[in-house]
Amino acid sequence: MAAAAARLLLRSVSSKDPVTNIHASLHNSFGVTLLKLFPSCTFKPKTQKRHAAHFTFHPDPVPTKYGSTMKMNLFQSVTSALDNTLSSDPTAVIFGEDVAFGGVFRCTVGLRDKYGKDRVFNTPLCEQGIVGFGIGAAVGGATAIAEIQFADYIFPAFDQIVNEAAKYRYRSGNLYDCGNLTIRAPWGCVGHGSLYHSQSPEAFFAHCPGIKVVVPRGPIQAKGLLLSCIADRNPCIFFEPKILYRAAVEQVPTEPYLIPLSQAEVLQEGSDLTVVAWGTQVHVMREVAAMAQEKLGVSCEVIDLQTILPWDIETVCKSVVKTGRLLISHEAPVTGGFAAEISSTVQ
Amino acid sequence: MILKMAAVRRMMKLYGLGFHAIRQQTSLRASRVHQQRAFHVNGAQRQQPFDSSVEKPQFPGASAEFVDQLEFIKPNVISGIPIYRVMDRQGQIIRPTEDPQLSKDTVLNFYQKMTLLNTMDRILYESQRQGRISFYMTNYGEEGTHIGSAAALNPNDLVFGQYREAGVLMFRGFPLDLFMAQCYANADDLGKGRQMPVHYGSRDLNFVTISSPLATQLPQAAGAAYALKRENSNRAVICYFGEGAASEGDAHAGFNFAATLECPLIFFCRNNGYAISTPTNEQYRGDGIAARGPGYGMMSIRVDGNDVFAVYNATKEARRRAVAENQPFLIEAMTYRIGHHSTSDDSSAYRSVDEVNYWDKQDHPISRLRHYMTAHGWWGEDEERAWRKQSRKLVMEAFERAERRLKPHPDLMFTDVYEEMNPGLQKQKESMWRHIQQYKEHYPLDLYDK
Repeated sequence: MAAAAARLLLRSVSSKDPVTNIHASLHNSFGVTLLKLFPSCTFKPKTQKRHAAHFTFHPDPVPTKYGSTMKMNLFQSVTSALDNTLSSDPTAVIFGEDVAFGGVFRCTVGLRDKYGKDRVFNTPLCEQGIVGFGIGAAVGGATAIAEIQFADYIFPAFDQIVNEAAKYRYRSGNLYDCGNLTIRAPWGCVGHGSLYHSQSPEAFFAHCPGIKVVVPRGPIQAKGLLLSCIADRNPCIFFEPKILYRAAVEQVPTEPYLIPLSQAEVLQEGSDLTVVAWGTQVHVMREVAAMAQEKLGVSCEVIDLQTILPWDIETVCKSVVKTGRLLISHEAPVTGGFAAEISSTVQ
Repeated sequence: MILKMAAVRRMMKLYGLGFHAIRQQTSLRASRVHQQRAFHVNGAQRQQPFDSSVEKPQFPGASAEFVDQLEFIKPNVISGIPIYRVMDRQGQIIRPTEDPQLSKDTVLNFYQKMTLLNTMDRILYESQRQGRISFYMTNYGEEGTHIGSAAALNPNDLVFGQYREAGVLMFRGFPLDLFMAQCYANADDLGKGRQMPVHYGSRDLNFVTISSPLATQLPQAAGAAYALKRENSNRAVICYFGEGAASEGDAHAGFNFAATLECPLIFFCRNNGYAISTPTNEQYRGDGIAARGPGYGMMSIRVDGNDVFAVYNATKEARRRAVAENQPFLIEAMTYRIGHHSTSDDSSAYRSVDEVNYWDKQDHPISRLRHYMTAHGWWGEDEERAWRKQSRKLVMEAFERAERRLKPHPDLMFTDVYEEMNPGLQKQKESMWRHIQQYKEHYPLDLYDK
């Protein structure tokens, strides 16, 4: 029994609703806190899988206006966007740690063979170098797409991003800029990532005018938003929710297409409450909206913010004027998290 | 909303015309054919192929023999990498084959640029002391490093600097008016008055705008060199930095990236003995910066930075090979910072006046070149007097013009943050103007461009 309870303790970390199921806790002689389960809870230990996610992915409907589509998961939609870019822009280069063999998340699979080792290449293990090199490559005329292996490791590059990339155009009086730079990084919780493979650092960058910060919720959005970031003439950071790399599957257009930056998307209209989220949390909020409607009769307007900086103040405010209430949900720490910016602006 | 729609339309248009056709601001790309250049390692040695049958090391990480005696490598800092020079301190050529044998006009131009820089430095330093500009950094003692290296480059080679390379810009022809405009932050400043003095930049002269954070330019220079390599444009990149900045993590990143990614790049370190008040023995324990190059697999040399011909020769050869062989070169130019770090510094607090005087009087790049010119009969007292008068007049006239100019329009505080104007910034700008309208008696709008 103790062993089964211990197994459940481990599994509950990635379960749907751990907090509401804890009715009591007891300490055994080893000092480990065990969860005691009551029959009323919805846990089913026999069918519990190790990596049960905290959300259900809600795929977008098949887009009709961008041509033929193909089934792709998120990492494949990123590969597709990069493939389109390398194909149409001869100056485009992709670099970072381990991108040559395909990347630790398979985002760059096949690109080196297809486009050459001068265009898809590994760099030494040095984030400040990767971003600095990317800035320079952009200044030198290339379309530079830099990969940071995990958003958790972007901090050594913070100086290059904030003091250099963001300010390049302003400080030079528009003589020089690094608008051709896009930085991509896997972002957000994945279940087992712990402190250093789960972070959502968008709030650190939201405080930095001159860059753009974008987070897609699924493959269709990812490809369109990534292509917009690459096309955009400002340095952009594109955070890819890593838990969605495989879990999110949609019919994604094979041809390139753009989804505009700084435009939030209203996913479902509602009248009682505005719900704002980005990335993985959008899917949690869609489920929450359905539950709220069913159990509480509350009609939620769900908005995917998509671009964190510069964010679409108008769409959010317009919605809150309509509903009168705002709920923002994100994975990052609460204090100084981006919800603080949104809520204070709306107030 | 309207701004966003315009942005979307522009982006859709981008796709219609082809991704790359519009984006490029350097205007090189549209007309350039991207040849499939052979990317292979030119200078670096390769590992031996794996062969487990022999009793030799097979480790992928190093190509070396075994040794069975425990011995640590002792770093050689007493007798370090030797310093290449062409002239002695009296301006005499030591080995005639090393004399670059530049024409009289070329050498006179070197001299005039170094002295013009010196004159401008004196006047602008004074102007800060008089409260006319906010801040200044002089280049005293390092003129040779600027002019010697700048002369060895092609005009379209890209320059990344730190902040003490004004002579490079001057050599390339940046007008005195624009130096002054940047220091005065007036309406003529190409940088639109946004940065502190001496943060120069010029698109036409391929001099990337200076930024205050140190060593950030090193990995950027590697990236730019890589992009230029792919363009097959026969352009090199030079990246200047001081021995203090070389301690930054970005310097390590820059060296390593340039070497592994085979970039046509010259790293030019001005080792002038001090990083503000920090002497070199507190900055590093090894044999300066040149000794680090081999650690990265980089060709390296140490030169006498006060010998303009040595700097010229080393930079010229490094440039030729960097482009031909796609590998970075490290040049450590030994020199001395005769002036204070900046107008905010008084170096008598940490070094003796005697030490400074030695360099000013006995080993100065300007006087060494003058000795060379005098020995060739190209310069004398009369020329010196006339030139001093003329250069001072040029600087003073530019100075007076700059002082009288208006400051940039306040709207320029809000542009160029992004390429496009942003609704948030637009609101801030409008809020500022409302405030200024309401309290206009407190704001000296007459000083600003209309």
